[in-house]
Amino acid sequence: MHSPLVGVLALQGAYAFHARALDELGAACRLVRRADELEGIDALVVPGGESTTIAMLMDSAGLVDPIGERLASGLPVFGTCAGMILLAAEVVDGQPAQPSFGAIDITVRRNASGRQVDSFEEDIDVEVLTGGAFHGVFIRAPSVLRAGPDVEVLARTRYVVAGADAGHGAEPLEGTPVLCRSGVVLVSAFHPELTEDRRLHRLFLDMVDRGMSTSRAIPTERSS
Amino acid sequence: MDTQVKSPTKGTPLVKRGLADMLRGGVIMDVVTADQAKVAEDAGAVAVMALERVPADIRAEGGVARMSDPALVEEIQKAVTIPVMAKARIGHFAEAQVLQALGVDYVDESEVLTPADEEHHIDKWPFRVPFVCGATNLGEALRRISEGAALIRSKGEAGTGDVVQAVRHLRSIGSDLHALAAARPEERFSWAKRLAAPVELVEEVAAAGRLPVPLFCAGGIATPADASLVMQLGAEAVFVGSGIFKSEDPPRRARAVVEATAHFDDPDLVAKVSRGLGAPMRGTSGDQLGIRLADRGW
Repeated sequence: MHSPLVGVLALQGAYAFHARALDELGAACRLVRRADELEGIDALVVPGGESTTIAMLMDSAGLVDPIGERLASGLPVFGTCAGMILLAAEVVDGQPAQPSFGAIDITVRRNASGRQVDSFEEDIDVEVLTGGAFHGVFIRAPSVLRAGPDVEVLARTRYVVAGADAGHGAEPLEGTPVLCRSGVVLVSAFHPELTEDRRLHRLFLDMVDRGMSTSRAIPTERSS
Repeated sequence: MDTQVKSPTKGTPLVKRGLADMLRGGVIMDVVTADQAKVAEDAGAVAVMALERVPADIRAEGGVARMSDPALVEEIQKAVTIPVMAKARIGHFAEAQVLQALGVDYVDESEVLTPADEEHHIDKWPFRVPFVCGATNLGEALRRISEGAALIRSKGEAGTGDVVQAVRHLRSIGSDLHALAAARPEERFSWAKRLAAPVELVEEVAAAGRLPVPLFCAGGIATPADASLVMQLGAEAVFVGSGIFKSEDPPRRARAVVEATAHFDDPDLVAKVSRGLGAPMRGTSGDQLGIRLADRGW
């Protein structure tokens, strides 16, 4: 088994932070801007950024179909924030033409936590991680309105939009899923790449390793 | 962030800088109407800057340039789902308070508007909304960061369509960052003196070899190749002011600048998107300028 080559979709957003995190963990990394750069990758990271912009740039770069095909054939993928939106089965409040890959059976609302003044950071408990709470940075974060039966919810937020802040159309987020996994797909509403804690990137690389050793999608149900 | 944040916390430096990090590799476009904001969003802008007059018109018409009418800001906020920024005058903390109350996503304390204070910039730390500020050199950038700016943009010379000033400012910041990183420890004190910036911040920057916040480019970008140029010179995203909506075909030019910013190191692609865009904004070259906006700010 060779060490995995992880592609990082590098059209817009915080892709360099993901590349740095993966590099620190010893994973080989390739920035992906063109379809030919998908050749030979063993996993993909879809970073945070503006989902409308990334979607448009994927379309013009001819990346939508090739990425969709790789995902359908079991390519492990980690999506953060905008990446979560792009991988979701259903998006509420997105742009009409925005493609979503439907890689994970969740319904996501864009900008659910409101405007930037309502962006927040919070320590969240991630059940599959040892070593204490994970520091979550939520930037105009999406929220998961629905998670299908095959989706494991690995963490939820305690965040509630206070009454004084509710004027920007935000809705309460308390108890909503912010980290979900289904097979080889991992998505977070927050930005693990913006902090120095590498446990979630490690979790993803472990998923990639398992996927490569079985060469099939790992089962959804496993003990942690 | 060493302490545990058990309860959700807003307006922290990490959260403020975080939005700027999400805008990296993108284009932020000046818009003066909700329709223009839609055009910008549809073309792939990562954010829009809501204002009443683009810099080229402020330059041409003169008069005092102030914060936009809140009704206009709100109209633009309703029209798009991407972040909306707005400008406050230098030192005009009351305008910034109003913009925060409106829920804008970033406040630009901008030299494009007429300064309200000849000595002091806004103390940006108490605000929950993040600020972007312009800089012409490293010292100015560090002074703004020490006042709480979460994002720095090169000033360039707004409203000219002439990229030369933006290039000068980016090169100046970049070469001073390199020189500072190479300086011996005892030299950092004289660097702090020369830059007129706090020595702690100078030491942090010297150790990291980069600014502690993202560095974007603004001022005079009018073509896809301009965007590619400033990205290759180290800008991490691009503000386009008058360059889009003062051109012949704004939707196509907007889209082309977005593509060229994302693929800034791919000349084939920049060539492809640059074809047949119609006339760019006519522009004013630097030596014909009456007022240098970049000189505003202290």
